[in-house]
Order: sequence, then structure tokens, then C-alpha cells
Amino acid sequence: MSKQGKRKYLKLSGLEPMIVSANTNFINVGERTNVAGSRKFLRLVKEEKFDEALDIARHQVEGGAQVIDINMDDGLIDGKEAMVRFLNLIMAEPDIARVPIMIDSSKWEIIEAGLQVVQGKCVVNSISLKEGEKEFIAHAKAIKRYGAAVIIMAFDEVGQADNYERRIEISKRSYDILVNKVKFPAEDIIFDLNIFPVATGMDEHRKNAIDFIEATRWVRENLPHCSVSGGVSNVSFSFRGNNPVREAMHSVFLYHAIKAGMNMGIVNPAMLEVYDDIPKDLLEHVEDVILDRRDDATERLLDFAETVKGTKKEQTVDLSWREEPLQNRITRALVKGIDQYIVEDVEEARQKADKPIEVIEGNLMVGMNVVGDLFGSGKMFLPQVVKSARVMKKAVAHLLPYIEEEKKKNPTSSNGKENAGKVLMATVKGDVHDIGKNIVSVVLGCNNYEIVDLGVMVPPEKIIQTAIDEQVDVIGLSGLITPSLDEMVYLAKEMERKNFKVPLLIGGATTSKAHTAVKIDPQYKNAVVHVNDASRAVTVVGDLLNKRSNQKYIGNLKDDYEKFREGFLKRTKKKEYLSIKEARKNKYKIDWSIAKITKPNKTGSTVIEDLELRKLEPYIDWTPFFRSWDLHGKYPGILTDEIVGEQATSLFKDAQELLQKVFDQKLLGAKAVYGLFEANCVNDDDIELSSNKGNFKFRTLRQQLKKHAGKPNFALSDFIAPKESEIQDYIGCFCVTTGFGTKELAEKFEAEHDDYNAIMIKALADRLAEAFAEYLHEKVRKEDWGYASDEKLTNLELIKESYKGIRPAPGYPACPDHLEKLTIWEVLEVKERINVELTESLAMWPAASVSGYYFANPEARYFGLGKIKEDQVKDFASRKKIDFEYAKKWLNPNLIDT
Amino acid sequence: MKDIKKILEERILVLDGAMGTMLQRHKFTEEDFRGERFKDWHVPVQGNNDLLSITQPGAIKEVHALYFEAGADIVETNTFSGTTIAMADYEMEDLVYELNYQSAKIAKEVADEFTAKEPHKPRFVAGSIGPTNRTASMSPDVNDPGYRAVTFDDLRKAYKQQVEALVDGGSDILLVETVFDTLNAKAALFAIEEVKEEKNIDIPIMVSGTITDASGRTLSGQTAEAFLISVSHIPMLSIGFNCALGANQLTPHLEVLAQKADFAVSAHPNAGLPNAFGEYDETPEQMAEQIKEYMDKSLVNIIGGCCGTTPEHISAIAELAKNYKPRTVGVIA
Repeated sequence: MSKQGKRKYLKLSGLEPMIVSANTNFINVGERTNVAGSRKFLRLVKEEKFDEALDIARHQVEGGAQVIDINMDDGLIDGKEAMVRFLNLIMAEPDIARVPIMIDSSKWEIIEAGLQVVQGKCVVNSISLKEGEKEFIAHAKAIKRYGAAVIIMAFDEVGQADNYERRIEISKRSYDILVNKVKFPAEDIIFDLNIFPVATGMDEHRKNAIDFIEATRWVRENLPHCSVSGGVSNVSFSFRGNNPVREAMHSVFLYHAIKAGMNMGIVNPAMLEVYDDIPKDLLEHVEDVILDRRDDATERLLDFAETVKGTKKEQTVDLSWREEPLQNRITRALVKGIDQYIVEDVEEARQKADKPIEVIEGNLMVGMNVVGDLFGSGKMFLPQVVKSARVMKKAVAHLLPYIEEEKKKNPTSSNGKENAGKVLMATVKGDVHDIGKNIVSVVLGCNNYEIVDLGVMVPPEKIIQTAIDEQVDVIGLSGLITPSLDEMVYLAKEMERKNFKVPLLIGGATTSKAHTAVKIDPQYKNAVVHVNDASRAVTVVGDLLNKRSNQKYIGNLKDDYEKFREGFLKRTKKKEYLSIKEARKNKYKIDWSIAKITKPNKTGSTVIEDLELRKLEPYIDWTPFFRSWDLHGKYPGILTDEIVGEQATSLFKDAQELLQKVFDQKLLGAKAVYGLFEANCVNDDDIELSSNKGNFKFRTLRQQLKKHAGKPNFALSDFIAPKESEIQDYIGCFCVTTGFGTKELAEKFEAEHDDYNAIMIKALADRLAEAFAEYLHEKVRKEDWGYASDEKLTNLELIKESYKGIRPAPGYPACPDHLEKLTIWEVLEVKERINVELTESLAMWPAASVSGYYFANPEARYFGLGKIKEDQVKDFASRKKIDFEYAKKWLNPNLIDT
Repeated sequence: MKDIKKILEERILVLDGAMGTMLQRHKFTEEDFRGERFKDWHVPVQGNNDLLSITQPGAIKEVHALYFEAGADIVETNTFSGTTIAMADYEMEDLVYELNYQSAKIAKEVADEFTAKEPHKPRFVAGSIGPTNRTASMSPDVNDPGYRAVTFDDLRKAYKQQVEALVDGGSDILLVETVFDTLNAKAALFAIEEVKEEKNIDIPIMVSGTITDASGRTLSGQTAEAFLISVSHIPMLSIGFNCALGANQLTPHLEVLAQKADFAVSAHPNAGLPNAFGEYDETPEQMAEQIKEYMDKSLVNIIGGCCGTTPEHISAIAELAKNYKPRTVGVIA
């Protein structure tokens, strides 16, 4: 083999090697970690949310990017510092760092700083002859010494190459300098030959694509060993807004450019049609433009594009997949969540199979494994998986009678499917919230785990006994309200006492890694994991049950929690707290002599029996709805988000459908009771109110953290005029619910094997309850109390709480103790009048309910109580005339650790 | 003297064994380490083996001579920790140049004696460049993964000083070894290229990484092939692995290098894995038996020993190596 003849390949490395050989397919460079290309990434870097920025990088790698391009060139960022920090963080993430890095900047100092922190062989993007040969050589030499490959832009002292000849001229000159003068390895040179838009309407742009393609061919034939790259989306720039045409243009362009020798580039996989799937007429028009085959190519494509624009893909239901083989159909139905044909397909499979169980173990599991893989690699999102589960359940439901029959006929045969493990799921005693728990159950179920779901308000004895009887492999506990935290601690203790060995999963809105590490983990010798994200649950349970590696995994978990615990305790100890007496001295002082207090138009309490639900629609805050499905981002922006936008839109459409059905058929009942009362602050921290039923006292809690000078220690009572001021003040309280009917509807959906809608109805009911609270608050401000009768706020301003006065709710940061709900219930006779009950943990039932207070003072604000000291708990107990230990139990989550 | 690249095409070259293991036999005390010159040094220096090149040069020379006698073609200078970064523990940063220079000089003196005696078997000195005790691509603080205790530039400057002294002292080769973090190695290689350019010299470079455990990766997480690619921009004499593992655990990783590298391949494994007392107890015969597999499979061009190996081990390995042809190196650019 002669030395010249041997083709040298571009070799790059992260933690793992990446070799661009003749046999490698086109190398796809991930570009979402580029502040110029992704507004989201830019925002995260600006806000220093590097964890989330890392998620974008991870997402790219999981999505198949073989190299990730990182660019921090933005006027408002210190690019060098951001580049170094982000790269350092990436190096600590083996699932990202396994691929090579492309360090992208127009500033040499940023490139060099990047090269100094990456151990693998990177690509520098880019250098060129723009500033002359001297600088070009100096930079190339340094890059060689740092051991990186380089992208050379087709750019020189005169300008950017914009035709065939100039591309060749600049590439040849750059190549010769690099190879002969710098001795740069030829295989480490990558040319970016400038992809420019076509079909712009300007004659000089007509050959932009074909010139690139032909120049690519020339470079690959004449400049040995080098590569050619480019950013593909530029080519279709003039068709922004028309994705079907853009997608076709990208794939046509790539098809020809790759044939000519382009071997790497930046391509958004979501914006790419399969070449063979492009309709013939569209293909012809697009190829005319890309290859510059006709004088009128642009006009013809523009005309044609109009017709393509109108017929969106989704609108015509393509049923050609129904012609495919059975397994393909079943897999597709599962992946796409289409349940229309599943029964007929499964029936066909059953008739072909020896035993009905084989359809589950074979056809359906094949499909679900595809779903699991796609979800695991970030190519499917949670709502899709839940839809897949719905299809799966329908299929299994169809098969069950046959399986039972088979069992009767042949009792000795194996009695069912092999599952990956058995998981017990329960919402703990006193808590009624189960949306998250149900999602985790469904996702685990999709991954072949058998789920024993004990539902909500499950007493610990039942969890323990079921775990023993059913021999479960994992126990998952969920809870939303703070008392649930103590329930979880108690359960961990019980599991230890009973010598349990199975791992314990902790999840739900109030749970946290901190609480799990500090309070739960030390109680149980075996694994305890905080999982607050359904998509993580699968990997965590998989790791916990992997017999080969789980001991190490559990060991690492325990270590991690111990370290976290130590760090956490060290941090919290540093804070100083005031005695309750001192804290009261530093209370928030309103100048009552000038405070404007509005007398309510109407005092006493009022019931709303059956509100027209449709009225609440404009008050819905959708952002938390998406969050409950693990889709993160603000509504409405989330609908067009580059990563989850498509899923969010589809989920939103389904939600709207169900919501309209709820409105039309009055499926949920909305009720409220509220009242406004004369009130004054007494003894600093109590609010005394009088109604026609007598006098009541709300006990508030006061911040005790030692503040900076000038910052007060708040309690809610600070917003009500004290009795000694002799000014009559007022307070309101309320309870709203939209939960009646939810349970029945969810059960109906579950009976139809439709977990997707069962979860959906609960999520919607929660949103409606919050919307009701918003609606009612506005009505109170404008009418009943009337202190803001001229208020005009948009929905967004409402969500941002731009109005005067506050609506704090017991159990939330300003007043975390749930006990005051009992007082609200007494004052308003909530149970008697609208039938909303309190559980033993003081959760409201039905779950889709909201209760709280109204404060009207313009200076009233939301705050977080933070940690309090035992002296306040004692004081609180004696004020409330309850046992100290009892008070301590309820306030425990807020008590500082001593 | 014959060019080492030429010799490499003809036979397998033998590297020496452990320096530390041999020095332990002397049971040097704090006073011995200090010698006359450092008797009033303000911090304890026992354990600073590199210092012995100045305070006990006879002992160092003796070790070099024992290895050459045992059949080694190349000995490593006693400079594993000879950077300002590693010497900071003893507050001897200012001695770095002298330590490296002296170490190279005494090794070269011994090598020249042997070459004069046996001109058909020229002996070489490899300037040993250790990894330092800091990592440039990992954080020592688990709570702050973005933190770095040392930068590329810190390392580059420290290595440059060491390299200059090793070259001035007469090293024939530079050996960047026990690489647990490839970024540290890249800084050393960067420094070497700078020195080569400034002094207008060419000097062969050996690079030897460390696979830390059964994961088959370096401490900084790279696979053998990724490690190879990350340092291949340097025209190396050889690439290989040393330390951490015994000869047999190292085989699969050497196979990767043997298959993919366009350079010579080296290995200097430990004498097995340490026993419960931290001692290496693989005998010369046991170790040679395992190294025989490398030779049978034609995996290596340079072979020696790391922790726990002695002149007896090297002698056994050298006897074995005589009977084998070296691995054929693909294309040396």
C-alpha cells in the first residue's frame, strides 16, 4: 500500500472515538447549543441556568448528534467565560462528553480558551483567510498544537466565496497553506463552502446550491483527505413558514451534496423529509430550483408552494400504513398512540398465534420496546407514551378473556407474561393527589413493569402488608401536601423495622432531594431515591433492579445522599434565627394613620352553587398543566417550542377537546363559598374576625430568619390593622371546587383502559379550580369588596398577580400550616354548604379545590415563611390551645433542624 | 549512536522497572533524604524520591546500572514528580530545574558507560514526565463539577520548565507517562512542542496512559482509542499504557492500540495487582509468562515494568523479548 494511496480519515474523540471513514454515514452536528441558533439556549446561558443548558446538550446527543457545536458569541455574554464554564460542566457529564465538541466562535480568544479545557480531539469552527495569511497560519499552527481538527470557511481578504470559482480558489489556497506551510494533517481539514439560499427571486442566487454541490465535488476530488461541511437550513431560507417545502428542499439538497462528497453538517432532523417520500411533483419543482434546471424554476416552485402550504400533512389522514404487515401496524399503533384499529389488529394476531398470551409477549412487547427506546432516547414525550399505554391496555383488554379461557383449558401452562418487576405505587395517608403518581405508573407499565396501584390516602399498614403479600420489587410513594412528607418518613422507618430490602421511590410536588436525603434516607438502610420526573423513573427503577449492577448503583446513591445531606446540614447551620419575640419587634409596619381601608360592599358569607364552567376558561393558567405532563415551558410559547412544541400542541388540542366536552355536557360541578368579615390584628400574630356566628381567630406564623437591616420579618397579620389602632379592617376567606365528578369520570376512562384521559380530566379539573379561584378573587375585588372596581387586567396580568391584595392559601409558603383550614371550614361552614371535606392530613376532597384568605391592603404581599424555631411553635400551640407535640407534628416541615 | 527509530524496527526494546520499589530497599530516613544540603529545610522531605537524585545520587545511579545490567535498553530518569505543581508539597518549586537536570545527567552518565562497553546495544535515557497531582478536566469538588484545581496554562508552564531541564541534562527521549487525564498530557505535549521549536531540536516522544480499573477507561473517562486519537497530533515515537493494572488486565487495551496506532506501542505494567498489604507479589516468571502473550500476539514494540517490578523482572522480560520480532508499525509519518 503506497503512502499517498492510503486514504486518511478524520478522527475525533470525546470520551469515545468518532471516525469519519468512507463507510460512515453523513456526520450530523448538533447545533442547539449555539446562542446564535437557539433563543432558548441563549436565554439559559444569560440566566446562568447551566443545568438546563446541559439538558439541551444531552438532548442533542441522545437525539443522535455525533458532534455538538457550542457557540457563545453574543454581545451580552462574556463568551470566553461562558464557553469555559459550559465545557467544564459538559466534561462532568459522561453521557454528553462521550461525543466530540465543536468549538464555535468568531473570536480567537474564545476558541483558544475552549481548546484548553477539552481533553478530546475537538473541531474548531472556524478560521479563514479573511484577516490575511499571517493570522491564518498562526491560528492553524496553534490549533495543530492543541490537537484539534479545523473548519475552514471559504472566505478570504476579498470576501466570502459566493460562486463555484471563488469556492475552489479559496479552498485550494487554504489547503496548500495548511498542508505545505503549517504541516497541518490534511485529514483534519474540513471545508465549509458556504450554503446560501436559493429561490430568493434574485438571479445571482440561482446557482447558490448547485455551485456549492459542484465545489464540494471538486474539493473532495482535488484536495486529498479533507472533509466538507455546512449549515443546511440556509438553503431554504426564502421558504420560511412553509415547512413541507423546506423539508423537501433540505433533503434534496443533502441528497445531491452528499453524493458530491459533503460528509458532515448541521441539519435539524425534524426539518428533513425522507427523499423517497417527497411527492413526485414537489420533488421535481424542488430539484429544478436546487439544481438550477429551468429559468422559471423559482416562480414555479413559489406557485406550487402555495398549494403545498394549504394541505398540511396532518389534515389528510394517511392510511397507507394499514396495508403494511401486521407487526408494523401494531408497532405503529403503539408508537403513534392510534387506538382505532388495535382491536382488529390484535384479533388478527391472536388468530395467528398458538396461544393468546403470545400476542402480548410477542407482537405487543415488540411495539412497546420501540416505544421504550424512543422515550429513553428523548424522541418521544410523556403524553405520547401515555397514549401508547392506552392502546396497549385496549389490546390487553381484548386478549384477557381468551387468556382466561386458555388457562381454564390448560391450567398447567405458564400463567402469564414475564414482567420486568413489580412496583407498588401509592399516594400516602391523608393525601389525595395522584396525577404524578398515575403518570409514573403508566410509564413504568409501558416498560413492562407490573404495577400494584393502591390509589390515594393509603395507610402505611396497607402499603407494608401489600408489599409483603404481593412480593413487590419496588415501592413508590407520592404526595403533594406537606404532611405527606412525614408520612413518608414514617413509612421508611416502618420498612426498616420490618427488615424490608426493596428500594423506596419518593415523588410528588412537595418532595425534594433535600428532604429525601435529610429526612427519609437515614431511616432506611436500603435504597431511597427521589424521582420527580416520570421519564427518570424508568431508568431509576431499571438501575435499581438490574441484578448485575444495582449494588454499585445503590451504593452510589447512598453516598450521594450522604454527601448531599452533609452539605445541606452544613449550609443550613450557617443561618441565624431570631427568637419569636425579636422577630415580632421587626414586623412589617404599615402606617395605619394614612392607610386607605375600603369597607366591603357586602360582609358575611355567600355560596355559589353551580357556576357556568365555561366562564372560567379565560382564567386558566395553562403553564402548570403542561408541567404536569413533564413538558416544560411557558404557555403559549411552549406550543411553538423547538423541542416539545409539537407534543405540547397535540396535548393542548386533546385537552381542549375534553374541556369543551366538559363544558358542553356539564361533566364537572363548580361550587364556592366565600365571605368578607370585620377583622383586626391582635397580639401581633393573630387575626380576630367577627361574623354573625361569633368571633374566630386565624393564627399566622412569622418569619424568624435573621434578615438584613431594613428587611422585616413578615407574618400575614401585619397586613391587617391592629385593634389598638382603632381602625376597622376586614379579611376574606374562600373555598372553591371544580372537583365534583372528576373521580367518576376518571374511573369511567380507566374502565375503558384510557389512562390518558383519566389523567387528563384530573389535570383539567385542577386547572379549573385554580381558574375558579382567580375568577372569584377578581369578582371579590371588583364587586363584593369593591376596592378595585376600576381594575382592568388581562389574563396574563392576572396570572402574574399584578392586582392589588393577595390570596394566600394554607399549606403554601406564606402560611404553610394546614391547621388554619379547619378555621376556614368553621367560619364558612364549607362542608355543610358545598360539601368539600378535609382528610386527616387536611387535604381537601375532592382534590380539585382551592381555599385561602383575601387580604386587600395594597401593601400585602406574598412571602415564604421559611424555617421557624421551636419557641414559635410553643407560642403557636399555647395561642391555639393545642398540645405542643401536636402543633410540632403539623409544623415539622418548617421547623429548623436542631 | 544508532537512531532509536531504526532499532525499533529490528527488535523489541526493553524499558526499565520500578524506581520506587528499588529505593525502598535502602530504607532511607528523613536525614538521608535531606543530605547535608537540605538538613535545615523547613518542611519534611522524606518520600520526595526525586530529591534523591541530588542527595543520594549514588543510589539512583546504582538502580539505573542494575536495570541496564538486567537488559534494559532505556531507563527512565528519577523525575516522576519533577514539576512545580508536584514539588509544591515539599515547597521545592525552585529546585525543579536542578532536580530534572541532575536526574537526566546521572542517568545519561550510566547509559554512556554501558554503551561504551556494549556498542552493539546502545542505551537510552527517557526523561520521565509524570501526570502531576492535579487534573485539568475533572473537578476535585463533587458539589461543583465546573471547578478546576489546575488550568491548562498552569500545567503547560510547569511542564515546559521540566522539559527544558530534562533536555539540557541529556535525555534522549521524553516520556509523558501514567496519563490519567488526557488534558494534562496534552498540556505536557504542548510544552514539549514549544521547547522543540525554541531550541530547534527534535526529540522522540513516548506517551503512556493509565487505564485505572476494569471499566477500561482512563480516570478522565476516555476509552483507549479515544485516548489515542486525542494525542495523535504529536509525532510520537510510541504510545502505550503503564501502571494501575497488571500485565494480563492490560491486554485488551494494548490490543486496541496495536490495531489502531500508527506509532510504536509500549507497555510497562505493574507486577500484578497489589495484595492486601499494598505489595506487588507477582514473580518475574509469572509476569514474563503473561507478557509472553503480548509477544505471541505481536502487540508491543517497547516493554518494561512499573510498580513492583525489579531488575529480576526486567531480566526475565528481556530474555523473552530477544526471541521475538517487534510489532510492525504501520506508517510512521
